[in-house]
Amino acid sequence: MADLKKLEGMIDSTPIMADYADVESANLPENQIDSKIPEGPLAQKWTNYKAHQKLVNPANKRNLDIIVVGTGLAGASAASTLGELGFNVLNFCIQDSPRRAHSIAAQGGINAAKDYQNDGDSIYRLFYDTVKGGDFRSREANVYRLAEVSNNIIDQCVQQGVPFAREYGGLLANRSFGGAQVSRTFYAKGQTGQQLLLGAYASLNRQIKKGTVKSFNRCEMLDLVIIDGRARGIIVRDLVTGELKRYAAHAVVLATGGYGRTFFLSTNAMGCNGSAAIQAFRRGAYLSNLAFTQIHPTCIPVHGEDQSKLTLMSESLRNDGRIWVPAKKEDAEAIRAGKKKPTDIPDEDRDFYLERRYPAFGNLCPRDIASRAAKERCDAGYGVGTGNAVYLDFKYAIERLGEDVVRDRYGNLFDMYQMISDDNPYQTPMMIFPASHYTMGGIWVDYELQTSIKGLFAIGECNFSDHGANRLGASALMQGLADGYFVLPYTMQNYLSDQIKVKHPDINHPEFDKVEKEVSDRINRLMNIKGTKSPDQIHKRLGHVMWNLVGMGRTLQSLVKALDELEEVRKEFYSDLRIVGSANDLNTELEKALRLEDFLVMARMMAIDALNRNESCGAHFREEYQTEDGEAKRNDEDYMYVSCWKYTGDNEKPVLLKEPLKYEEIKVQTRNYKS
Amino acid sequence: MEHNISVNLKIWRQRGPKEKGQFVSYRVENVSTGTSFLEMLDMLNQQLVEKGEEPVVFDNDCREGICGMCSLYINGHPHGPVQGITTCQLHMRKFNDGDTITIEPWRSAAFPVIRDLTVNRNAFDQIQQAGGYVSFNCGGAPDANAAPISKEVADVAMDSATCIGCGACVAACKNGSAMLFVSAKVSQFALLPQGQVERARRARAMVAKMDELGFGNCTNTGACAAECPKNIPLSNIARLNREFINAKIKD
Repeated sequence: MADLKKLEGMIDSTPIMADYADVESANLPENQIDSKIPEGPLAQKWTNYKAHQKLVNPANKRNLDIIVVGTGLAGASAASTLGELGFNVLNFCIQDSPRRAHSIAAQGGINAAKDYQNDGDSIYRLFYDTVKGGDFRSREANVYRLAEVSNNIIDQCVQQGVPFAREYGGLLANRSFGGAQVSRTFYAKGQTGQQLLLGAYASLNRQIKKGTVKSFNRCEMLDLVIIDGRARGIIVRDLVTGELKRYAAHAVVLATGGYGRTFFLSTNAMGCNGSAAIQAFRRGAYLSNLAFTQIHPTCIPVHGEDQSKLTLMSESLRNDGRIWVPAKKEDAEAIRAGKKKPTDIPDEDRDFYLERRYPAFGNLCPRDIASRAAKERCDAGYGVGTGNAVYLDFKYAIERLGEDVVRDRYGNLFDMYQMISDDNPYQTPMMIFPASHYTMGGIWVDYELQTSIKGLFAIGECNFSDHGANRLGASALMQGLADGYFVLPYTMQNYLSDQIKVKHPDINHPEFDKVEKEVSDRINRLMNIKGTKSPDQIHKRLGHVMWNLVGMGRTLQSLVKALDELEEVRKEFYSDLRIVGSANDLNTELEKALRLEDFLVMARMMAIDALNRNESCGAHFREEYQTEDGEAKRNDEDYMYVSCWKYTGDNEKPVLLKEPLKYEEIKVQTRNYKS
Repeated sequence: MEHNISVNLKIWRQRGPKEKGQFVSYRVENVSTGTSFLEMLDMLNQQLVEKGEEPVVFDNDCREGICGMCSLYINGHPHGPVQGITTCQLHMRKFNDGDTITIEPWRSAAFPVIRDLTVNRNAFDQIQQAGGYVSFNCGGAPDANAAPISKEVADVAMDSATCIGCGACVAACKNGSAMLFVSAKVSQFALLPQGQVERARRARAMVAKMDELGFGNCTNTGACAAECPKNIPLSNIARLNREFINAKIKD
């Protein structure tokens, strides 16, 4: 336990980091990180890579097995594309069908540099916006490649039959998203994620029918098997029978999404988890940039203690909705007390704080900035609802465009809002508040999307790579599909080319025996705690600690306090957990407990990473580091690096390694959305 | 305004596909009307766990009406009494204090019960695998704007594509027919230029697979469309019938 009093007035955690991590090791020569960025000018790197990488010939592809865990945009697109190339693919998901993965819930859209609107877009501009939006904490070469392949994704999806929105002339329509001054976002009503995932699911189904992909539903990966330093398989639990099963392959791909549910309440689906990332971490993969969790500004506020999840309202609403709180404190108090309605407040008494603070981008400033600005107003006493909410108002759009146009653009979102809140957003403004939404951090990968374990790859949200300290709207779908359709199927072959002489890996190898025993011991340990608290009860407590102390605004003191409290939650978990039912059977409580155990590890790593980073950047806002007008104050001299955490043991201090970020083609500057 | 209510539940409990099931009564007190239906079931499960009993198993995931994972036959309606939403979007303000709510799984020969309220919908995946796609490999697509599609056609295709594959149509149908589900996918592709080449083959293959898997015949009662949480219109079934006949004529 750290002495909180001693920390009073301190803002730099450097002197106390030694209590939590082995930071010194960062400089040891054996801990240098090789991100394998190809030579040459930025715009040529991917072309050069593809021209010189090693390939696997068609006859050999048939003899190579690949495990893909996850069936979201990244997993389904990778599994189907690897199947099309001729590899043997084993594809796993925890849901009852690959089509249910949480990518399906993405609403707003997908970015691409098509410049169909002739508004000055280009690959370079998409690249630049993404790096700037990420507050200069992403890897330049990866982001450029992402922007380069973005256009292929739109072609691919249209050919799959994705019914994107169109203009009357029959060509594709676009809209704007936060952090951009062009309209580059393609969309399918408010269901873009659903349509893109069903496209990938269709391609996947074609391969399942052909036999190149074998699909395993209701199966959860519980550990990774490494043989002679290479990822060779996984142990999964069949969620219907409770049976542990072994699967072996020449390589393993993780596409398991983000760990936003560490906060318990989030916009993520109930089953979303960070377990595969923690399993990989325990087996030697680095975790990176865990301080960066996107808190999405436009979610429906929390209603009570029994709430299980939060619902996102698409960022696209900020195209036409105006965000405000009362300018006078007494109005805010009257609204909270139910004495006034938002419609009673005249325009001159409304504070459109985003338009006031960020005139150039206004309501379309990036997510981290919009979320923090909402928190700032609510903390200052201007919040509405329970005090933790602001208004998103369509009155002005309805006056300008008419109700029919607004209904056409956002009708399904308005219906969704009304269903949950019982308010009619055509007549009264929506209430919104930030919530945990997306994790920019994750498993460290090199340019080839390979982790620090040979033969283990990570794609989509579960890797750390492209979004830096903050992701722009409509870029998650782009990254998931870029990784799965157009990057991994190339880069994996560079690894697999020297595996062609390896016979099909065998599930009877002693290492599989050993790992399976470890998994079953772990399950028995949890089953035998026989305490009094359900996994959900402990998870809620974890969520409170994370939201209050590792949330939108952190300080050195709050983070140290968080680490103390997390230790308490951990103790409660290992002493008072109760799992009813049996391990060798369908058991949803056991599933939750296993995921929670991993969230506890993730939570600690998130706090340690945030404590280490003595700066504010993107979604990571250390309150000690801000400018006079409340903006994030970066420290490029000391923190322009990717933090890579190496596991040393459950109760040991993790080792910090650093991948320095070099910007060759982009001028690093302070983010400015004001002018 | 929100207030608290108490409800009585009659829930179908069944350990496995071959085992006999039965209704079991429960009571949940002090439920805020702002709570969602599934959060109310979470409260019930918390009570059961505290008593050392096994929780009621029900499929759910996104809890915002899009993943299609949740099901539940509530008071005789798939996804409950409110039109156009999934169970996870249903809120307790639609019920009154003291109500008795009956909750059953989807009942259909093609969807065997796994446990309690959870059923196996793998048959839907198999129908999609039979032909619910455009056959081409990644990398070969032409420019996205190469084939203009009128806004009206794209909008209708989008309405068909909105199907979340939850199975409410099958559960609602007295024959256990999957026609609305199959017709939504066949329609989406029949409307779009990308789907033309395999149009006949797709209709044949998907209908054949549907028949093989034990779904019933369509007798045009329209219950499927009335209960569909995504309001997939019945006109899709008419289109599927045309597609299927045209495909057969070509044989």
